[in-house]
Amino acid sequence: MSSRSFLSRLRDGDEIARVITFLFAASVVLVTILLVVELWMQSALPRHKFGFSFFLTRVWDPIAEQFGALPFIYGTIVTAAVALLIAVPLGIGAAIFLAELAPQKLSDPLEFFIDLLAAVPSVIYGLLGVFIVVPIMREWIQPALKNTLGFLPLFQGPAYGIGFLTAGIVLAIMVIPYIISVSREVLMSVPRDQREAALALGSTRWESTWKVVVPFAKTGIMGSIFLALARALGETMAVTMVIGNTPTISASLFSPGYSIAAVIANEFTEATGDLYLGALIELGLVLFLLTFILNGLARLMMLLTTQRGSGTGMA
Amino acid sequence: MTARLCWRKFVSGFMLTMTGVCALVAVSVLFFILGYLVYHGGTSINWNFFTKLPTPVGETGGGMANAIVGSAKLLLLASAFGVPIGFFGGIYLAEFSGHKVAFVVRYAADLLNGVPSIVIGIFAYALVVLPFKHFSTLAGSFALGLMMIPITLRNTEEFLLGVPRALREASMALGASKWTTIARVVVPAAYRGIMTAILLALARVAGETAPLLFTAFGNRYWSPGLGQPTASLPVVIYNYAISPYDDWHRQAWAAGLVLLGLILMVNIVARVILARGVAVPRS
Amino acid sequence: MQASARSELSVNLKPTGIANTSRETIAPTTMRVTVSKVNFFYGAKQTLFDINMAIATNRVTALIGPSGCGKSTLLRTFNRMHETVRNARLEGEILLDGQNILAQDVTQLRRRVGMVFQRPNPFPKSIFENVAYGPKINGADAPIAEIVEKSLRRAALWDEVKDHLHKSAYELSGGQQQRLCIARGLAVEPEVLLLDEPCSALDPISTAKIEELLVQLKDSCTIAIVTHNMQQAARVSDYTAFLLVGQLVEFNPTPQLFTTPTDPRTEAYITGRFG
Repeated sequence: MSSRSFLSRLRDGDEIARVITFLFAASVVLVTILLVVELWMQSALPRHKFGFSFFLTRVWDPIAEQFGALPFIYGTIVTAAVALLIAVPLGIGAAIFLAELAPQKLSDPLEFFIDLLAAVPSVIYGLLGVFIVVPIMREWIQPALKNTLGFLPLFQGPAYGIGFLTAGIVLAIMVIPYIISVSREVLMSVPRDQREAALALGSTRWESTWKVVVPFAKTGIMGSIFLALARALGETMAVTMVIGNTPTISASLFSPGYSIAAVIANEFTEATGDLYLGALIELGLVLFLLTFILNGLARLMMLLTTQRGSGTGMA
Repeated sequence: MTARLCWRKFVSGFMLTMTGVCALVAVSVLFFILGYLVYHGGTSINWNFFTKLPTPVGETGGGMANAIVGSAKLLLLASAFGVPIGFFGGIYLAEFSGHKVAFVVRYAADLLNGVPSIVIGIFAYALVVLPFKHFSTLAGSFALGLMMIPITLRNTEEFLLGVPRALREASMALGASKWTTIARVVVPAAYRGIMTAILLALARVAGETAPLLFTAFGNRYWSPGLGQPTASLPVVIYNYAISPYDDWHRQAWAAGLVLLGLILMVNIVARVILARGVAVPRS
Repeated sequence: MQASARSELSVNLKPTGIANTSRETIAPTTMRVTVSKVNFFYGAKQTLFDINMAIATNRVTALIGPSGCGKSTLLRTFNRMHETVRNARLEGEILLDGQNILAQDVTQLRRRVGMVFQRPNPFPKSIFENVAYGPKINGADAPIAEIVEKSLRRAALWDEVKDHLHKSAYELSGGQQQRLCIARGLAVEPEVLLLDEPCSALDPISTAKIEELLVQLKDSCTIAIVTHNMQQAARVSDYTAFLLVGQLVEFNPTPQLFTTPTDPRTEAYITGRFG
């Protein structure tokens, strides 16, 4: 029948469309699973050989085939910590300004520039890091820190310009936009009447912002920090260009060091032998897991913020 | 006014000014970056830069023609791989799927989005470089394409969902099938958002270096076809910047200016186009 | 504190001497807040036209009128909350105890003139910390815990929460949260308390509790309340002002306004012919 075949063609057309688009969507899931599987399988050799001691050994000696991840974990954590220490106050401060103080006409263009900042590639930050930040650190900042706070083990040792501190500073610049844009959004979503209630009780503008609005938004702000941290951990190029690329564990921030992403970037193409390559891939697996957990936490926090929005009468 | 109130008002004014300073510092970084790139790299941008191949160390006058072409090839191929998956996958999520499947797909996309780019590089290496035993444009494009998928997928879904029901119903009421409705009504309605999402995805992967380090690797010459290692702008910038040669440093600055200039332009254009319509796509 | 009614007041506030079953005889009162020739603009648009009225000390004054008539706008000028909106502009004079509120420091003013909002909006803190917020930032003469208890008692909430002071304010019901907000406002011992449709988001039982509360509070506090519920105004207030499209149509003692209104528009409104 012509009408039936028309209908069945119709249905078939939709069916085909459904199947095809499903295949594309499914491929996303498949490729993600494949990624995890590959990481796991390709790192099997060192995992079996070293087990957990991989994370506790300081020695990274490809020739002797001794691979310990500790220096890279250390470097990753230290640089991320320095980055957050700088970026969080600056970022939240800027977000407060953009969300609470600046009129819309100022806030929107500024946010636009912040978004552009987030689009700057890592290698460009690295370029500026190498040629601008490192000399400044070497000539000005590190000597100044040494003279004032040199009694702390943090600021001892020769000032090369590269090292944990420099990498942390460059990372801070890179993650600030993320903290700002997410925190700004969260702050702007705090209900007006929270701020008004604070003002109506005789608060100054700062008091109403800091003691009421920011605490209200704190889950979302935490989320932005986790997001920034995840970004900082995975950052490769800018870090490897300024950190010194030496697997050292040192209390001094002036010391050159290494991060997980940096060592993978530098040694991957030169890795001879399956154990060596596998060790680097295992490091990649570690990085993946760390960022996975952090991103998951960040998303959880953002979810909690949106749920809490209407707090009236909710348990 | 009591002393206490005076103090509180002072603190208020001071802290609020400080937040303004923070914002100023953050925004000025962008201008510093651009400024330095223009200052150091502006003079090195010349005809040679765009047309010549790299010269041996010590000789001046080399250029980045192969890196520019290499990047273009990588991006084209990456789009050919990543955009359809993201686009059609997004259509599936928005138009056909049930809640559970949608959740899983979205979760996978978000997960993929959060993977550090160097780990994506490892994956591409394992999948495309190891079997063929050499670096290639294909491997590099695969890595970059993977990174384009989540942005394209999530934004396609979001913009399609933003198309009002009424439009779909009007089309179906005229006897159009679901697929015809999607193809001729819904997608065109969301086309602006989707286009800009693709542009933003492109801008994002255009600057990626890490995943190319051991997939496309690099090449001081032209790279014919898709199976050879290829130079790319970001990787060349990296290699030149860490080298000890001044001439290469200059070229790195110039390349940085070109790369950032293009990326920022695409970003600005994409956001401006979209700002006239709907909200900015997430990245 | 002495205050005298401004001679420019265009409304006669002489007592009518009506003894109402739920109210005492209204005696001549002092005017805590006087409003003269107030015009209000939002950008280019004018929303209040030549308002002249007064809020009587230790009495409840209600502002009623249909949606959009400007009653909330007017209320919010009394503690200068309109300044949180960028394009808002106020002309005219508003005196608190004879002093122009526009010339005072706004932070101090807001301590003296408190506000309770339409939707309960407790801070994301404990019950205790919510009430303690005002005294803590403004500085308190008495121990904070004492002030918190006193305020919660004044808001008729103490018995319900005294064992749970450190629980989150969000665990309270809507009506309780609103009483918490009242307690929070009272904690800084304001001279005037402004309430902007405080019961519109609440159930009838909570509403009744708050209305009772207001009648008790007026002995220690001057109250101005905006309400879209005429019966509430009739129950609770001593004076009522009726506003219509930004103009003050009638301002009289409540019994008079509701039984023998002087303006036909008032009569039309209260008999339900519009709004």
